[in-house]
Amino acid sequence: MLLLLLGIIVLHVAVLVLLFVSTIVSQWLNVNGRTADLWQNCSVLVAPSSFQCLTSSTNEWLQSVQAMMILSIIFSVLSLFLFFCQLFTLTKGGRFYITGIFQILAGLCVMSGAAIFTVRHTDWQPTTSDTSFGFAYILAWVAFPLAVISGVIYVILRKRE
Amino acid sequence: MWSQGASGSGSLVLVAALFFALVLAPTLAIHVYTPREVHGTVGSQVTLACSFWSSEWISEDVSITWLFQPESGKDTISIFHFVKGQPYLNEVGAFKNRMEWVGDPHRKDGSIIIHNLDYTDNGTFTCDVKNPPDIGGKSSQVTLYVFEKVPIRYGVVLGAVIGGVLGLVILVVVIGYLIRYCWLRRQATLQRQLSAMEKGKLHRSAKDSSKRGRQPPVLYAMLDHSRSTKSASEKKSKGGLGESRKDKK
Repeated sequence: MLLLLLGIIVLHVAVLVLLFVSTIVSQWLNVNGRTADLWQNCSVLVAPSSFQCLTSSTNEWLQSVQAMMILSIIFSVLSLFLFFCQLFTLTKGGRFYITGIFQILAGLCVMSGAAIFTVRHTDWQPTTSDTSFGFAYILAWVAFPLAVISGVIYVILRKRE
Repeated sequence: MWSQGASGSGSLVLVAALFFALVLAPTLAIHVYTPREVHGTVGSQVTLACSFWSSEWISEDVSITWLFQPESGKDTISIFHFVKGQPYLNEVGAFKNRMEWVGDPHRKDGSIIIHNLDYTDNGTFTCDVKNPPDIGGKSSQVTLYVFEKVPIRYGVVLGAVIGGVLGLVILVVVIGYLIRYCWLRRQATLQRQLSAMEKGKLHRSAKDSSKRGRQPPVLYAMLDHSRSTKSASEKKSKGGLGESRKDKK
């Protein structure tokens, strides 16, 4: 029983960590040596060997991707907080509906953010032949199914004493 | 000792100079105020606001001049002049038939409107006011930026999406809890009504059998409860009427 609880919490924290890393690290695109998005574009200069960063564009679609990622973090943190609240206040046999719903919402937000980025990143980033997606983008896509699974587990779980 | 004295008198002179500069000097100059930047879209109009403050009374000799320096040029040309109560718009030049005087010197306002903006209107406009005998003072400049469409500030979309979705979710959660609370309350009242009805039926059966007069309710209920259990047990043993009543329940 305790093992199950621990496993669920570990999964939730893992989803949270993935969301945080994906949002904060600005490496959604790799354009031949430069990394771009979500918050800044950085390039490594060879001649005086330095690292130069500029803010990303103010395109509306990029802003909506940023908003979706921030919302997913907010919902996941709220879900963790509500889980601990419900753990101590729920009646025996009750289900963690609110926790599960918020976690599923977080997953949906990540998915919509990553989807919007996939479709619209050509609006502000001219694509060349060697444009590739960065690791933060991949982390966002990994976080989506994990968040949905975590939310579904919460909805199915019943509280026992 | 003498250096301290000298420094003391020096600081006094400094304070006096500051007093004169800050308190008295403003009253000896005219102050002109304009916004620093103005944004406009192509084809629309824009108001270049200019207000001034003068310590003297606004006489009929007050003069207001607007100068323009294009973004891609070094020359400053005069495009508007107001003197002796009469505005003079530039008959030739880029702003012909596009300028409108909307100021009022007696209200300390020297604003003009430029209609039908174009990209060549990008540049710096200077508002210069002279109110004899108050003629000293700085003029003020405003830079005009002409856009194809007014750009939305960064963060408006971000904030709107976050605020909208969060507000929606909180609203749905609150409404869900309210509905659940109302439903549970309705359940509770229905339960109470049901149990009250059952008690009422037991009362009626006891009343028929006992044929007593009216009595205070609490006592009646207590007496009847004991009597009802007794009568119920009697009826159980007897069968017949009691059982039919139970079946009706």
